[in-house]
Amino acid sequence: MVTIEARGLSKAYGTTIALDGVDLRVEEGRILGLIGPNGAGKTTALNAILGLTSFQGELKVLGRDPWNSRDQLMRDVSFIADIAVLPRWIRVSQMLDYVAGVHPRFDRAKAERFLAKTTIKRTSKVRQLSKGMVAQLHLALVMAIDAKLLVLDEPTLGLDILYRKQFYDSLLNDYFDRNRTIVVTTHQVEEIQDVLTDLMFIDRGRIVLECSMEEFESRYLEVMVNPEHLAAARALKPMHERPVFGRSVLLFDHADRDQLAALGEVRRPSIADLFVAVMSGEDGGQKSEERAQRSAVRSQKTEKEEQRQ
Amino acid sequence: MNTQSNAVPGLPVESTVTDRRYSTRPFYWSVRRELWENRSIYIAPLIVAAVQVFGFAISTIGLADRRRAVLLLDPAHQRAAIEQPYDLAAMMMIFIVFIVGVFYCLDALHGERRDRSILFWKSLPVSDLTTVLSKVTIPLVFLPLISFAITVCVQSIMLLETSVVLIFHGMSPATTWANVPVFQNWLVLLYGLVAIALWHSPIYGWLLLVSGWARRATFLCAVLPLLAIGIFERVTLGTSHFGSLVMKRLMGFAPGAFDFNPHHSIAIGSLTQLTPGRYLSTPALWIGLVVAAAFLAVAVRLRRYRGPI
Repeated sequence: MVTIEARGLSKAYGTTIALDGVDLRVEEGRILGLIGPNGAGKTTALNAILGLTSFQGELKVLGRDPWNSRDQLMRDVSFIADIAVLPRWIRVSQMLDYVAGVHPRFDRAKAERFLAKTTIKRTSKVRQLSKGMVAQLHLALVMAIDAKLLVLDEPTLGLDILYRKQFYDSLLNDYFDRNRTIVVTTHQVEEIQDVLTDLMFIDRGRIVLECSMEEFESRYLEVMVNPEHLAAARALKPMHERPVFGRSVLLFDHADRDQLAALGEVRRPSIADLFVAVMSGEDGGQKSEERAQRSAVRSQKTEKEEQRQ
Repeated sequence: MNTQSNAVPGLPVESTVTDRRYSTRPFYWSVRRELWENRSIYIAPLIVAAVQVFGFAISTIGLADRRRAVLLLDPAHQRAAIEQPYDLAAMMMIFIVFIVGVFYCLDALHGERRDRSILFWKSLPVSDLTTVLSKVTIPLVFLPLISFAITVCVQSIMLLETSVVLIFHGMSPATTWANVPVFQNWLVLLYGLVAIALWHSPIYGWLLLVSGWARRATFLCAVLPLLAIGIFERVTLGTSHFGSLVMKRLMGFAPGAFDFNPHHSIAIGSLTQLTPGRYLSTPALWIGLVVAAAFLAVAVRLRRYRGPI
């Protein structure tokens, strides 16, 4: 079943184009990571999916038009936004009462069980809780909702590493199953690398890369090239080149693993590395070459400086 | 969908049903939510009530002597003098509750955008219509009811205080009870509160609209346009129809709803002075209600478009 389907999804704020004809298809049971630089249109895309913003083009979420039937859609969709948006004046007990009172798919007992694992007191107001506790509370509410789609927009922003780890662990172990779909945006790409089933890069309102994680793992290879093989490696047309400790790391798309192994140490790139490669490739070939040269010059300079010291 | 109607309120549907649903009452819980957030709705009238009761208690010092003097007056003046503090208490309460309603409305759709909690409220299956209606219920239904209940309590305590003081001084409290027909007055008060709420509904509608529209300074945004229109009319045409229209909207309920005795004060002495028939056939009342509905419709629409500020 298709959870989200968009065709030609566009949104402009005045003269600024936030989404530029995005085609999107997310199947049930997937965990999609939407990755992009600031201002790429991630949040606009999520807002359109959640019925928080109007848009041009076609968009169906669970078969509904989000803009015109947000309240009905929200029976099946849950959402945690970029920063803690829980009202600060509300008590934890009131929060449970309210969500239980308005949400037909909220299992209060389940939320209570999640909260029992935390130190959050029922009588506390949200303003008295730490950032991490507010995130735990929001997660407890959302996990107790039997939703088909969960949208997370920078859910772990501002949390320390323990809470961030716990957040994704809880989601995977206690919440996610094949009947649910999760769409997540984050800048902490490395944290969700092992969580995702699908990956999507978005830049300047367009999707610039779309692949499943299996595809990602088989398609992209990174080689730390031995200096003597650098010319040979460059001849294989890498997507991107970056200096690491004075050596060059080249990222290849659809390259032969054995061939690369002869040039240096081959490994699987991280999403972050691929992201940088795709984004710099976006600027056009010439620019990326310039950038590579510049960084090469820079690395030479740093070497010289190191030698001087 | 059937499982929802079969569900016992408050109890989960059998967990064997995979599509678990719980019965919900979004409107009821949305109103309760408003009362949790805006405690001034009942705290402000309660403080006024406490001041009234305390002030009246102090005023009973020397009551016996004053009462002896009052009893020398003719019956009409007797009654006016004895009843006056009770009427004053009721009118003060009506005024305070109006002020509370005005400031509540100005913040109702602005506060949730200011603190970004609108993102959380919109992530729940509660429509914008339900939200706006739950908010306008506060000044139109809840505030009149609470001001009625508190005034009844305040006047009862005042009667009790007077009676105790008079008995203590060896006088009969009957002079108070005969001149203050409380049950009749309470009926008049209830009628008056309903009449005022209906008459003021476009004011609350306008304030809600502005609170959903303005980015800041909701009070100025609500008042300045009215002043501007009034000044413009005065400067260009030399008339002040708009100003008198606004004044009529504030105070104009009285001539329609009550039949004031021209020879006496503004106090209502008899139930025959209530003219609901005449009030309900006042065109201005119905025009006001239609305008209120239009303002609320715009406020509902605005809430769909509005996000955090």
